[in-house]
Amino acid sequence: MSDLFEILFTAGFWAATIRIVSPLIFGTLGELICERAGVLNLGIEGIMTVGAMAGWMWVYQGGDLWTGVIFAACVGALFGLLHAIFTVHLCLSQHVTGIGITLFGSSLSYFIYRMLLPDATTPPKIEPFEPLLIPWFSELPIVGEALFSQTALTYLALLTVPVVWYVLFRTPVGLAVRMSGENPVAVEAQGINVLAVRTGAVMVGSALMAVGGAFITMSWFDAFYFGMINGRGWICVALVIFASWQPGKALLGALLFAGLEAMQVRAQQSAGAIIPYQFFLMLPYIMSIVAMIVMARKTKYPQALLVPFRRGERV
Amino acid sequence: MVIEPRQSVSIWRAGLAPVWAILASMAICAVLIAWAGASVPNAYALLIKGAFGSAFAIKETLTRSIPLIFTGLAVSVAFRAKFYNIGAEGQLYAGALAATFFGTGLITLPPALMILLLILTGAIAGGALLIVPVLLKTHLKVDEVVTTLLLNFVVLLLVSYLIEGPWKDPMSLGWPQAASIIDEGVFPLLLEKGRLHLGLIIAILFAILVWLMMRFTVLGYEIRAVGYNAKAAEFAGINVNRTVIITALISGGLAGIAGVSETAGLKGYLTLDLSPGFGYTGIAVAMLAQLNPLAVIPAAIFLSAVYVGSDAMSRAVNIPTYIADVLVGVSVLAVLCSVMLSQYRIRWLK
Repeated sequence: MSDLFEILFTAGFWAATIRIVSPLIFGTLGELICERAGVLNLGIEGIMTVGAMAGWMWVYQGGDLWTGVIFAACVGALFGLLHAIFTVHLCLSQHVTGIGITLFGSSLSYFIYRMLLPDATTPPKIEPFEPLLIPWFSELPIVGEALFSQTALTYLALLTVPVVWYVLFRTPVGLAVRMSGENPVAVEAQGINVLAVRTGAVMVGSALMAVGGAFITMSWFDAFYFGMINGRGWICVALVIFASWQPGKALLGALLFAGLEAMQVRAQQSAGAIIPYQFFLMLPYIMSIVAMIVMARKTKYPQALLVPFRRGERV
Repeated sequence: MVIEPRQSVSIWRAGLAPVWAILASMAICAVLIAWAGASVPNAYALLIKGAFGSAFAIKETLTRSIPLIFTGLAVSVAFRAKFYNIGAEGQLYAGALAATFFGTGLITLPPALMILLLILTGAIAGGALLIVPVLLKTHLKVDEVVTTLLLNFVVLLLVSYLIEGPWKDPMSLGWPQAASIIDEGVFPLLLEKGRLHLGLIIAILFAILVWLMMRFTVLGYEIRAVGYNAKAAEFAGINVNRTVIITALISGGLAGIAGVSETAGLKGYLTLDLSPGFGYTGIAVAMLAQLNPLAVIPAAIFLSAVYVGSDAMSRAVNIPTYIADVLVGVSVLAVLCSVMLSQYRIRWLK
């Protein structure tokens, strides 16, 4: 037990936590934006896979890292557009469409990967993002290694939290997005096109999810593996509920999870002989369920979540 | 753009909707096949030949369709009540765990009874896995999609632990697998050659049973009522929570039997690759069947043919086998569209 306590004071643990949290931040914020606008996006698991593959493949084919991230975001936005056409414009089931997008997105990623690299037995590697040392700050003890020696994409993830918060809660665009998820009729009465707002929100959210996927292949690891998203998308959906649709709380929730996962990896090494590793790997999934139970009584769902908006229809 | 309900929907228009969806999916996949450098008609001919071209191929297609019929039924019952059970994959493994627990020597009964016992325990295990998600939905309004999905990962890790640890077959030479199902519990083969087993008959039987239940019993009526309009059902005196809970147990049970059938019928023992995503493909099966239990049978055979046929096709013309998964994913989206277009029409405003 004292071993576990000591882990909390190692810089390596905190550095790993911040690394693991980055894709969760992108994914959770992406889902949060979609749901704030009233659209549940269960395509997240597939869109993260697409982003992971697209960004990695771009760099592997000779593109540079940042255009790779942008490419992944664009592809993610396209999948978001597909989701929006189905759920926002055609008013089809958000649940089934999302699952369909996940099945389609992940299988398409695997197909394209195999198509372009038919003979690769060991996954080929790219040069991933290098850690970007922030001058002076990176030399601080513990905090320096944990927070100021990460890759640029991690800084971007951390920066996205206040940006999303600011846009959602302090700008007219954000107000329109949030109201589309609460009371779309009122938005329409203001002369704002609800369908356009929702479509935009789903596209931006999906782009963020794809960047989260790209982080995994371009900054965390340097190769694309089959099944590498491994339920992270679903954990993000649970985190949004845990966070009560607040970006700040989403960051906290994601940090809690990432810390747990980083702890889990280290605990496996010290306690692995007594407790089988599978039980450590179960933790994030079980914790996600527990998190939803804990928050269930308090959560205030966006009122129009899952409710399609048909223009001119009486409520 | 305005979407209007059609005044009347002919049976033809409704019945043909899945066919249009399949054709659209095949057209979209044709783009990928062409990109892979193969001739599209040739590739699809190979696919059909691989799935139905010989007695062996047909038997293989039918064998692969058995778990899909069960998971398809599981999904169609649950979706009927708008209970989105995406955890059929986990429930399948729960059923397989039960079959392994009771079927590897703990109890020995005469063959017919033994098979019955395995099916029963598998169904209970599958249903039991849904108890937590369904109670969370009915009592705390926690979305069941996320909980059922997350449980898939938990169950798979549990299986991994058991077959690498306490349940590992000492005779398996280090390969992680559980002990074999005893002879009394193994499903008999239907034909002398091939792998087609009793599971097919049981699956068809269950499809008919589920259809009868949905069509002619009070419970079936309640399930449908809750799915169409839960508020109205409540108002009419139906206990909505109770109906949703029973629906979930039935759905989980059906998926659990898929696991029993794969363990005791096809493989003979439990491994981690028992199911290549039958639970998820079950969603596509149920959607193509428009949630009709009898239509689940042809839908499952069709998707099974896609998998079996695409194996043969990808070997012959060098297209990644993932093309089958792409087709399954696209068909879920396509059938959503085609069913909507059969009931609504889109009018463009100028």
